[in-house]
Amino acid sequence: MRKRLVSMIMAGTLAMSMALTGCTSGGDTTPVDTGSTGDTGETTEVADTGDTGETADAPVEASGELIKVGVVNNPPSESGYREANVKDMEAVFSEANGYELKTSYSLKNDEQLQAAQGFITEGVDYLLISAAETTGWDEVLKKAQEAGIKVYLFDRMIDVDESLYEAAVVSDMAAEGDTAVQWLLDQNLDEYNVIHIQGAMGSDAQIGRTGALDEQFASGKMNKVVQQTATWDEAEAKKIVESVINSGESFNVIYAENDGMAKGAVAALDEAGITHGVGGDVIVMGFDCNKWALRELLDGKWNYDGQCSPFQAQIISDLIKSGEAPASKKIINEEKGFDATTITQADIDTYGLGE
Amino acid sequence: MQEQEHSLLEMRHINKLFPGVKALSDVDFTLRKGEVHALMGENGAGKSTLIKVLTGVYQNDGGEISVDGVKINIRSPQDAQNNGISTVYQEITLCPNLTVAENMFIGREDSFLVAHKNYEKRADKILGELGIPARSTQILGSCSLAVQQMVAIARAVDMKCKVLILDEPTSSLDDKEVKVLFDLMRDLKGRGVGIIFVTHFLEQVYEICDRITVLRNGELVGEYLTEELPQVQLVAKMIGKDLDELSSFEGVEEKHFDDSDIFYEASSLSSSDALPFDFAIHKGEVNGFTGLLGSGRSESVRAIFGADKINGGTVKIKGEPVKITKPIDAMKHGIGYLAEDRKRDGIIADLSVRENIILALQVMKGFFRPISRSEAESFADEYIKVLNIKTASRETPIGSLSGGNQQKVILARWLLTHPDYLILDEPTRGIDVGTKLEIQKLVLKLAEDGVSVTFISSEIEEMLRTCSRLIVMRDRHVVGELKGADLNQTQVMKTIAGGEAANEE
Amino acid sequence: MKNKITNIFKGGFGQLTIPIVAICMLVIFNLFRDPSFFSVGITHNNDGNIVLAGNLISIINAASELAVLAMGMTLVTAACAGQDISVGAAAAIAGSAFVKVLKSGPEITGFSVILAFIIACCVAMIFGAFNGTLVSVFNIQPMIATLILFTCGRSIAYWINGGASVPVDSPIIKAIGSFIPGIPVPTPVLIVIVVAIIFKLVFHFTSLELFTQSVGINGSASRLNGINATFIRLLTFVILGVCVAVAGIIGVSRLGLINHETLLLDVEMDAILAVAIGGNNLGGGKFKISGSIIGAYVIHMLTVTLYAMKVPSTDVKAYKAIVIVILVVIGSPVIKSKFTKFMTQMKNRKQEVAMKGN
Repeated sequence: MRKRLVSMIMAGTLAMSMALTGCTSGGDTTPVDTGSTGDTGETTEVADTGDTGETADAPVEASGELIKVGVVNNPPSESGYREANVKDMEAVFSEANGYELKTSYSLKNDEQLQAAQGFITEGVDYLLISAAETTGWDEVLKKAQEAGIKVYLFDRMIDVDESLYEAAVVSDMAAEGDTAVQWLLDQNLDEYNVIHIQGAMGSDAQIGRTGALDEQFASGKMNKVVQQTATWDEAEAKKIVESVINSGESFNVIYAENDGMAKGAVAALDEAGITHGVGGDVIVMGFDCNKWALRELLDGKWNYDGQCSPFQAQIISDLIKSGEAPASKKIINEEKGFDATTITQADIDTYGLGE
Repeated sequence: MQEQEHSLLEMRHINKLFPGVKALSDVDFTLRKGEVHALMGENGAGKSTLIKVLTGVYQNDGGEISVDGVKINIRSPQDAQNNGISTVYQEITLCPNLTVAENMFIGREDSFLVAHKNYEKRADKILGELGIPARSTQILGSCSLAVQQMVAIARAVDMKCKVLILDEPTSSLDDKEVKVLFDLMRDLKGRGVGIIFVTHFLEQVYEICDRITVLRNGELVGEYLTEELPQVQLVAKMIGKDLDELSSFEGVEEKHFDDSDIFYEASSLSSSDALPFDFAIHKGEVNGFTGLLGSGRSESVRAIFGADKINGGTVKIKGEPVKITKPIDAMKHGIGYLAEDRKRDGIIADLSVRENIILALQVMKGFFRPISRSEAESFADEYIKVLNIKTASRETPIGSLSGGNQQKVILARWLLTHPDYLILDEPTRGIDVGTKLEIQKLVLKLAEDGVSVTFISSEIEEMLRTCSRLIVMRDRHVVGELKGADLNQTQVMKTIAGGEAANEE
Repeated sequence: MKNKITNIFKGGFGQLTIPIVAICMLVIFNLFRDPSFFSVGITHNNDGNIVLAGNLISIINAASELAVLAMGMTLVTAACAGQDISVGAAAAIAGSAFVKVLKSGPEITGFSVILAFIIACCVAMIFGAFNGTLVSVFNIQPMIATLILFTCGRSIAYWINGGASVPVDSPIIKAIGSFIPGIPVPTPVLIVIVVAIIFKLVFHFTSLELFTQSVGINGSASRLNGINATFIRLLTFVILGVCVAVAGIIGVSRLGLINHETLLLDVEMDAILAVAIGGNNLGGGKFKISGSIIGAYVIHMLTVTLYAMKVPSTDVKAYKAIVIVILVVIGSPVIKSKFTKFMTQMKNRKQEVAMKGN
């Protein structure tokens, strides 16, 4: 009896977690605010091409001619980055822009594969994929090709032959780290004593953000005071910095691989009475460009925030509308880095994630 | 010795020691081909120890066992099975979520070799032969308890068992199911299987068994042919009193009670474990429930206290109808209950003597009115003194006290609540003689002070000394109420034994 | 005096022997390694307050959430003979609710913080009652019952604020998470003291301790003594709920940020460990809250020691596991009885020698 109850509960848990993923994919029916990124010029263009000569001006009338786009993505709850990414997709591929958007969000590769399969069966025109894992996609992409569906990869690469997709719009994680370290070098400090707080070891973001700094440590230009992973955990980052402070070792740079960990590090500095930010003793660097983090920059409490841009939708939309094949299959999304001395409120509004 | 060639199983001079206790001393047991042999004795007489030695659960500390005249060593249940000794326990030890066939072949060496279809066929054949109403493909859990038990027996039969041990097989079966089981047993008997039958139901023994072996306090009392041992004598042998000796005891003085003095009255009270019964007790009266173990005496008093799920009946206290469905209700109406199984239902082993003493009173006072430490200490000290509890200190964990002193602590727990009606179920079990007497005296003193007491003991002598009225139970029914001149052991024995016992004299 | 010392060797602190020995071992180890590990200094923090600083302060400060959770976990363990593995997820929910309430007002005031605290407590108590009902009414093993919230808790937390990391900035929040102006001791440490005192008071003014232990040691006997075991078990989960809310709020306030994915991540295992290191039987029964608190400090002292030794944080968990295995094995009944046997043997031998000497 008890066994049965337990299994019922397990089943319930499963159902709930499935409902969770299901809920987040409810986005395809919600009307999306198009004000910020909607490009009205293009909308009319689309309406024009689909125009049969009667009511050219009203895009709503052109609903029969909407371009069907299926997006397979990770759920917005994954991270602030993903949340912005999902919102951006929904905003760009809106009905007002001439698209009919279908979405599926999952952290699991097999569920994503199933969703992609579903979109192919439904007969979408374009398939956009940010895969949970790099492997296992050959067959589905071949089927898409046979069905005449064009595939764009965004954010993450997949291990398949280039011929299977039109283009991949991705971030170059290493470039992100390079940009940040270059900025740090440009500060021309007398010496660099760096506390390096890493993200979850082995993740793309961690590898990309660590590489450039490791080169500096190796070349001796910068001193590694400590290099520890806090696995994206703010509280852990605080502990790491505290332990350095308590040991009495001197440092003048904190390089945290995301905003949260930078915040944790700053909490430790604040408690120890160590000044930071513009004009402070310690340079604070973070990544991700959360809105709240950019505001810390604006306040001069931090010095630098790098971004792995989550905004690939517009690039893909442009490619679809132009109908031309890109010069290179791999399109590197432009990365940004913000300096506390030059950041503006407008930057925060445009590029900040969250809220 | 002449019978040796016919005997299937012989156990000679079996000894089993547990730390501090001699569970079996020099016990002999003989089982012949094609007989049903009852193993009888009160609780703690050594029946289950003997069975466990035979089935390899325990190792014997002396003596020898032979099957078919060949000496064997049983070191594990597997050994026992290999020697043709199979056991079917009271609780079904099969897997209810597997099919009947799977249950019959699971865990057997040949089960790998037999294809699924094959052993379903084989199972159906055996079931058919034994007349067991089950299909091999049925899920075992969907069969009645009786059928499940029979499947267990069929499994044993198929394993070529020569000796089949049935440990309390009938305790959860109804009359019809018992009959079917007995038919099966007779069938097996005809095939030459020797059956050892352990039960508390006397009448069943007389219905099915050829011989009876009686154990008492780990010693062999004797082996008897069933037809030569009247029921009342069997009871006497189990309890350890000769009939002549029994008659010489006198009961306590008879007291007279007015009906207006009734403290507690129940009519057709029943619980998940107790069949409906009527019962009343007067203020200041000491009564007893007697009967063999499993007769329903404990279940009945548990129903009074609301210890099991109450199914029906009405209860009046001092003439007022009340509802008692759980222990706290009973406690609030002034009823206390010292449970039969001290370890399981009485002591909170890791807590101190002090905490154990105040527990019931604390519960009655309520969650938000804790008894202060100093108050608790003075209560504990008082009762440690009054009941002469031997403990290193009031902070000693109760688990490290001797059985008798643990029992006194539990008694103190209930006395502290100043009950109007105290139910004591086997308060003297496993306790030294001195403490037994102390507890008996205490019961009589409580009665003098106007407390009603229900006293249960396996020792009838003790009951006669303390109770002015005895309610006798057999097979879960009240079969008699004895008082006054009827309060002597002979009469009690006869009533407990029941059946044709009266004619045997 | 001598008596006392031998008593300690015989387990004179009783249940607390293991955690106290563990703390002593860590202290001695650090004294040999680097005596300055224990130096406590006074500095001005960035808000201009005079505050205490040093590894010791870091340890007792960082262990605060764990200490609070361990207290509640001790009760649940004692009554239900099992542990709640959803405390981390539940704390994320409580923390999110706290932030949600604060964010829904125009500005953060003392009143809104109190309101947010109460609502967070209520939310956590409801989830505690959910777990408690599964355990006490439906008789599901605690670890399995709480697996549900463990699985979905952080997703629920995400729904509440709908964002990955939401900041809350206010001097009041900062005062809760780090220092109250004028008081040099970190506020979380003070909160632990307050919670511990509240537990002490609850034990003093109710029968919770006695009933919890009775239910945990012998449920059947407790029932026959009129204790409502179901209610007591449920109650322990609700109390743990309050602890979860407090821990979640400390965590949020410490950083001025709610990150539902990382807030008190993996804390449930540490909380169970704290209970175990505290000498409490994970199978329920007698308990000592103080043991669990010390257990929490042992765990963090270990972490901070390893960080001070610059052990890579990826390896910290492995080292922690080794130390904990040693502690738990030392505390196991097998070793304990062996030790007692050894001690009595030694005593006998001593007596023999003394006799011969005479």
